[in-house]
Amino acid sequence: MESALKPDLELYDYWPYENRPKITWPGGARVAFWVAPNIEFYELNPPINPKRTPWPRPHPDVNLYSNRDYGNRVGHWRMMEVMDKYGVRGSISLSVALLDHHPEIIKECVDRKWEFFSHGIYNTRYSYDMDEAQERAIMEDSIESVMKATGQRISGWLAPALTHTERTMDLLAEYNFLYTCDLFQDDQPQPVKVKKGRLISMPYSLEINDIIVYNSYLATPRRYGQMIKDQFDQLYEEGKESGTVMCIPLHAYAVGHPHRMAAFEEALDYITTKPGVWVTTAREIAEYYNKHYYDTCAADIAARKGGGA
Amino acid sequence: MTVAKEYMEYPMRRYGMDHDIYEWSLLVNRKKVVWPNAARVALWITTDLEFFALDQPAKPFKAPGGMVTAYPDLRHFTTRDYGNRVGIQRIWRVLDQYRMKSSVAMNSKVAERYPYLVKKINERGDEIIAMGVDQGKLHYGGMDDATEVAQVNESVTTLRKLSGQAVKGWLSPAKSESWNTLKHVKNAGIDYVCDWVADDMPFELTAPDGAGKLWAMPHSSEISDRKIIIDNKHNEDEFVEQIQDQFTGLYKESEKYGGRIMSISLTPYIMGLHYRVKYLDKALKWLSQQKGVWVANGTEILEAFKKQ
Repeated sequence: MESALKPDLELYDYWPYENRPKITWPGGARVAFWVAPNIEFYELNPPINPKRTPWPRPHPDVNLYSNRDYGNRVGHWRMMEVMDKYGVRGSISLSVALLDHHPEIIKECVDRKWEFFSHGIYNTRYSYDMDEAQERAIMEDSIESVMKATGQRISGWLAPALTHTERTMDLLAEYNFLYTCDLFQDDQPQPVKVKKGRLISMPYSLEINDIIVYNSYLATPRRYGQMIKDQFDQLYEEGKESGTVMCIPLHAYAVGHPHRMAAFEEALDYITTKPGVWVTTAREIAEYYNKHYYDTCAADIAARKGGGA
Repeated sequence: MTVAKEYMEYPMRRYGMDHDIYEWSLLVNRKKVVWPNAARVALWITTDLEFFALDQPAKPFKAPGGMVTAYPDLRHFTTRDYGNRVGIQRIWRVLDQYRMKSSVAMNSKVAERYPYLVKKINERGDEIIAMGVDQGKLHYGGMDDATEVAQVNESVTTLRKLSGQAVKGWLSPAKSESWNTLKHVKNAGIDYVCDWVADDMPFELTAPDGAGKLWAMPHSSEISDRKIIIDNKHNEDEFVEQIQDQFTGLYKESEKYGGRIMSISLTPYIMGLHYRVKYLDKALKWLSQQKGVWVANGTEILEAFKKQ
């Protein structure tokens, strides 16, 4: 029987954004900066999920399918070359099946020591209503497939197409994931309340995410560049009080068009040439946070629970 | 609610694509292309001449630009028709000023209704691309096969007959295809289609049921007045700026990776408006002043590409 819907999954406690324990990133940095290219595979003819239609048009939606595929064939390289230029290693949100479909892309990322985390098997398969065995299967598939292809044990998760179940976070902790990118409640990492083990929420972004900016906010490329710089300025300023995290999530099928690269490059240049910026990956942020700040922050959250100062 | 067992199976999880329509290929790994006169960017301007019928079926969806209000939606019908009367003339005057040729993607209904336009296109020496029958007669997965064959043949045969042109290009209304569109257009003698926006350069497509090969031409859905001005609501200066940035990006990478194609897709009722057309002039003037540009139509670009 389907359980009743809940008003809140109680994944974290309320924690005011002031007077928190001070975080200082390696080298005294104020902002931990990471870039998350989503390297995704969308299927031409995926099975239909009762809760969400994969394509707006009847299959084959050649228009949108080929729009997505542009990222892998064309856009990825442009994005990667610009990231190389500014010494940014990507933390890849990976459609795990892409290991099979496009190993050439994977190899380039491995060679650059980029980090991989899982974004499900395909971005056209949704987790809604999966039973526990099914959800375990996509996690185990992700861990084993990425390990086999890259030698990396994945540490992070961004649910496929941001589709979850009530048990997703508990399972992630059970499989020793360090972080989830699925929660957007904060600009600093913080503990996620899981049944067993430890998991943190890693600030990702649905604001300066190129897809949101281009497809929802309908921004021009130059406005996108300005938004990135403005967000950085704010987090850089606040990072004096306590270190912040800034992530730019990308999709090569969006940012990777020629008319969009210049503004993005300018923004990367702006951020990576500032002092006090730790240009890093999500796993490195999670490991550092867990080692130096998890316990302090967890204790502070517990102490301030219920509105205490 | 439970998730079916088949939902957890991935029969097409394999090397390359998850279909047999085209091969997986990284653009950067391909042979460098050299355009005529050592040009670095082939500029392909396409203009859509569309007929939006008042009684559009709107099945299974409405093409962008389709009727909006209850029947008879005269306001949108005439707004679209404005492009075929006034807007296109303004666009052609701008193109003439910079001696730029173009391809015209045309519903066969437009050719039937307005023979003047066909005559004018032929005088200009522009290429006609078949764009189905009209913007209400879509091609889509699950449609009746005989209906689709009839639509393809009506479009291609009518346009060939009225223009005398070979008509080798195809653009599906709304860039929508069925599983069989490639087979039917191939059987109708089409060489290239404009619906697949997966690349910046041509790539080969395989039509189903052994119908043979044809080409996908990189007709842009991004550098288009519809996308930038209507969908994204960017202003005219921003339209010009994105055209310039697109060119600059392609030109720069052509040095390392070989010749590129820049596609600009125009819609007369959008870009041919009185207050807007001067920005098209501004963009094309700027492009006409750049070095290494070869302005050509779709067939010319594809032929030059195939000779490489």
